[in-house]
Amino acid sequence: MASGTELIRAKGISKRFGETLANDNVDLCLNKGEIHALLGENGAGKSTLVKILYGALEPGGGSLHWKGNLVKVANPAAARKLGIGMVFQHFSLFEALSVAENIALALPKSVPLKQLCADIIEVSGKYGLPLDPTAIVADLPVGIRQRIEIVRCLLQEPDLLIMDEPTSVLTPLEAEDLFKTLTRLADEGCAILYISHRLEEVQRICHRATIMRHGKVVGACDPAKETAASLAQLMVGGDVHAVDAGAQAMPGKALLQLTDLNHAGEGAFAVALESINLSLHAGEVLAIAGIAGNGQGELFDVISGEVKTKAAYDINLLGVPVGRRSINDRRRLGAAFVPEERLGHGAAPDLPLSENVILTRHASDKDLVRAGLLSRGAALRSERRLAAQYDVRMAHENPEARALSGGNLQKFIVGRELDRSPRVLVINQPTWGVDAGAAALIRQALIDLARSGAAVLVISQDLDEIYEVADKIAVISRGQLSEPAPKDSMNREQIGLLMAGLGEAKQAKAGKGH
Amino acid sequence: MSALEPMLLTIITASTPLLLAAIGELVCERSGVLNLGVEGMMIVGAVAAFGTAYTTGSPLLGIVAGMLAAVALSLLFGFLTLRLMCNQVATGLALTILGLGLSGMIGESFVGEPGVKLSQISIPMLSDLPLVGKVLFGQDVLVYASFAIVGLTSYVLFRSRWGLILRAVGDNHTSAHALGYSVLRVRYLAVMFGGACSGLAGAYLSLAYTPQWTEGMSAGRGWIALALVVFASWRPGRVLIGAYLFGAVSILQFHAQASGVTLPSQLMSSLPYLVTIVVLVIISQNRQLTKTNSPACLGKPFSPDR
Amino acid sequence: MRLELEKRAETSKRMSVLSPLIAIALTGISVTLMFIALGVAPLAGLHAFFVEPLTSVWSWEELLVKAGPLVLIAVGLSVCFLSNTWNIGAEGQFTMGAIFGSVIPVLYFDFTSAWALPLMILMGALGGMVWAAIPALLRTKFNTNEILVSLMLVYVAQYLLDFLVRGPWRDPDGFNFPESRLFDAAHVLPKFGDGRLHLGIALAVVAVLLIWFLLAKSLKGFEIKVIGQAPRAGRFAGFSQNRTIWFGFLLSGAFAGIAGLSEVSGAIEQLTPVISPGYGFTAIIVAFLGRLNPIGIVFAGLLLGLSYLGGEAAQVSVGISNKMTNVFQGMLLFYVLACDILILYRLRLVRSAPAKEAS
Repeated sequence: MASGTELIRAKGISKRFGETLANDNVDLCLNKGEIHALLGENGAGKSTLVKILYGALEPGGGSLHWKGNLVKVANPAAARKLGIGMVFQHFSLFEALSVAENIALALPKSVPLKQLCADIIEVSGKYGLPLDPTAIVADLPVGIRQRIEIVRCLLQEPDLLIMDEPTSVLTPLEAEDLFKTLTRLADEGCAILYISHRLEEVQRICHRATIMRHGKVVGACDPAKETAASLAQLMVGGDVHAVDAGAQAMPGKALLQLTDLNHAGEGAFAVALESINLSLHAGEVLAIAGIAGNGQGELFDVISGEVKTKAAYDINLLGVPVGRRSINDRRRLGAAFVPEERLGHGAAPDLPLSENVILTRHASDKDLVRAGLLSRGAALRSERRLAAQYDVRMAHENPEARALSGGNLQKFIVGRELDRSPRVLVINQPTWGVDAGAAALIRQALIDLARSGAAVLVISQDLDEIYEVADKIAVISRGQLSEPAPKDSMNREQIGLLMAGLGEAKQAKAGKGH
Repeated sequence: MSALEPMLLTIITASTPLLLAAIGELVCERSGVLNLGVEGMMIVGAVAAFGTAYTTGSPLLGIVAGMLAAVALSLLFGFLTLRLMCNQVATGLALTILGLGLSGMIGESFVGEPGVKLSQISIPMLSDLPLVGKVLFGQDVLVYASFAIVGLTSYVLFRSRWGLILRAVGDNHTSAHALGYSVLRVRYLAVMFGGACSGLAGAYLSLAYTPQWTEGMSAGRGWIALALVVFASWRPGRVLIGAYLFGAVSILQFHAQASGVTLPSQLMSSLPYLVTIVVLVIISQNRQLTKTNSPACLGKPFSPDR
Repeated sequence: MRLELEKRAETSKRMSVLSPLIAIALTGISVTLMFIALGVAPLAGLHAFFVEPLTSVWSWEELLVKAGPLVLIAVGLSVCFLSNTWNIGAEGQFTMGAIFGSVIPVLYFDFTSAWALPLMILMGALGGMVWAAIPALLRTKFNTNEILVSLMLVYVAQYLLDFLVRGPWRDPDGFNFPESRLFDAAHVLPKFGDGRLHLGIALAVVAVLLIWFLLAKSLKGFEIKVIGQAPRAGRFAGFSQNRTIWFGFLLSGAFAGIAGLSEVSGAIEQLTPVISPGYGFTAIIVAFLGRLNPIGIVFAGLLLGLSYLGGEAAQVSVGISNKMTNVFQGMLLFYVLACDILILYRLRLVRSAPAKEAS
């Protein structure tokens, strides 16, 4: 199929954001009916490129040919008119509106709601993506939301469908269904531009691949003819970082224990935690896998103490029942925490790094605050030490947190906590959106901390990362946690099944949202 | 029966400015913009309407001038909050302070001058009906307009594509932008609609409520209108109910005095403000209700990343 | 031509200082244009508005009398605004401070010990705090919008004052004027200079120093800034948003209350139905013009204080309305907010205007 007629050709696309060149003279060509992978690490410039193709970003330079004609895609509406549809990684859905209203917004002109509902039911049925047009999006689970996005594109009978990291929010089973739909579309002649950094699925369904690194195209290939290792080499360049897991000593005593932890969660869309049991031992890294939005954030919040639980005894930290204790009490006991969101949660964006040291250490470090007064000198000294030790690169001395790149900021935030030599470290998505070099450094640091006798709890959506750092793995699904098991006894398939909810004690809610 | 009719008439007079201002702010907030400058736009509308009607003798021209003046102020607000992404709360406050100042300066020469009263339009036959005739069908054009605007707003918001786009922009501006809608254009229009309605409310104050100019005559009505939008949980129908409830409360003092109740008049005068607080507490206590109904992007700045 | 904003990597320190000055310059230009539109010779108008009030010692003192309450209220408000809490009811808290502080001079006028004045100041602070506690309580307990509640309470406080001076607190020997009795000498703040300048200005200076110390040196100040800029990071640091709301409201309420007491006890020496030319609202402008920085607020307070005198002076000497003061203040706040964008963004004028989102 890869040898069909040319559908779209992008030549010399460039785009600059402030100081960074997100796209640097990028060429891309797709034929009718092919599934074309756009591969690259986080920050390689894939999303920027497709947003330009879809008219959501204005290119800084370059040209676009559609079906042989030079075109200028002024905005997404123009792209849709040409026959380009896009499913965004972070959905472009309106939570307060119904499914039908969401779809109506993507259509070029007003269609009577009744007729639209009928169309939705027909098209969604045809491709095996059933939808209820009257449901409100806020009430729907992630998998269904992606369906809305896809059906929204399909209703316009596109010639090109762009999918930005579509499986990052799906369980393996849901991904399987998606692959079937995509193959079927391609067979009908629709081209699909498939953005991913997951090599395995690219090799399975894509006919061709274009690989990007640092905003440039660095290669093109037939993924089926490559090995995962050769693709990875192309993606990250020469520097593939290996992490040294070292030998795990005999696990020591339990430093963090969760006992029948229940928590209702705040707000309408929060996930409730249900009878979670967990025992984290000295010297080990325990990783919690799971699809985004299954209660990871809520679990982090109750363990850290940002949110207190009802009973003191359901969380035991270093021998102390801390369910009702504050986050700073837990830090004083020897715990450290790194949240998922770097800017605005782990760090205050507009404050300099030295003040961001004070942010999490004002209660536990005696030299930072004396008698209620800040010691800026001590904070600055800590900041310098961290920057040197954890290779935090910055344009000038002590910049504001938001001026750092994702990887450097994460190194700073992780370093800030490691610097305290914590006995228990809880870290949520340690390397999300971080470049390969920084990721390797952080993962190595986590392992080293555990080997030195501390207990490390890693919450991650990235299975590769989990296999790299973990001694034990547990899976969270809809607020329930599976029994942790040694890494070697769990293969990806088992984890996939647990992610899909097979480990849940209560299956009653499985039908919700359909 | 004879006591009821003037009471209903005064309720309508007290409610109409609240209704007009609140429905405009509702549309504005539905698009995701919190404009705290209602009070300022209203009072500038009032002085422009009074001045124009006073000099030309035409209350209709006055209404138009009131609207235009308030729209001009709303554009200023729009430029700062939408284009320059200034803090909406602070800019709204600035708009109110500026509006109060401007109106005081413009209106200084009008103080004490007799105004031009907006005439009533009696609908033939219907206005002669007993009891409700004069109340329902003997009103001035702005009262009729207020009802028409509420009906139209409700229809456009929930039945038309325009309304769908407006609600979408208020719910998630990033998505709306990704789909190719011009978030800023939608918001500019919504802010201007809010301005126009505040201008009408102001015109009503200086041409119908008390056809004269006194400094600060809006007396916090713009702020009460803001509270009404929260009270109505962003639904036009409930704004109507809310405005009339508040209108009724605010005229209580006159009728209380007439019926011989001897509470201090200051207590009666502060009643609308106290009631506003009580109502806000009751509404906001139900977090679920306010959370699910309030536009998700309310008050957040949007910068198109191009 | 179209305007393009380019986000800076970090906040510009230079612009943090320059932006208020640019705003003042732009306001000056606008005022000049208004003078021309009103048919006033612009130079004469500007001279009357900005220079004339400073040409005698008497009016320098008068300027400090006006700036005192503005600065005192504004430093309190700056703590609120820094923590992203919106207390816009300082005018009401000012009024309540005046009322509470007048309990001794009006009802216990025989109590003339040396303790009377300190007690009055405490009562004034208490009055402001009580009034500010209402929006704080409703916000933290029921999540009620503090902007609307604090503002509604301004009207209620003014009606309460009106009720008192026309009713129970009216001076029995006052020929039915709506005024309280004149305060006893023991209940009047000490005066300096020619007799207008009173202790209130000293209280404002103390407040500025206190808040400067709080914000620059203490963990509490750090907490306030973090909660305001990044509430989630604040929670992660173990800071409580509700505690910060209470702190901001009570502090700014106390300061506004003391300002109210100083005004009646230092400047007016009795209670009247109107005790403020809108200090509580003007202080919002002072706080923003001073970029929520105590030192900046001192200069901003002096400028806004000058605008009150300038309005009076311009009315007398060039015959324009003293309402010019309010217009000046409103415009100034607009320009201040608009110029703040320079701190976070670079502005560029780009030729050719494609009809895009940015239009």
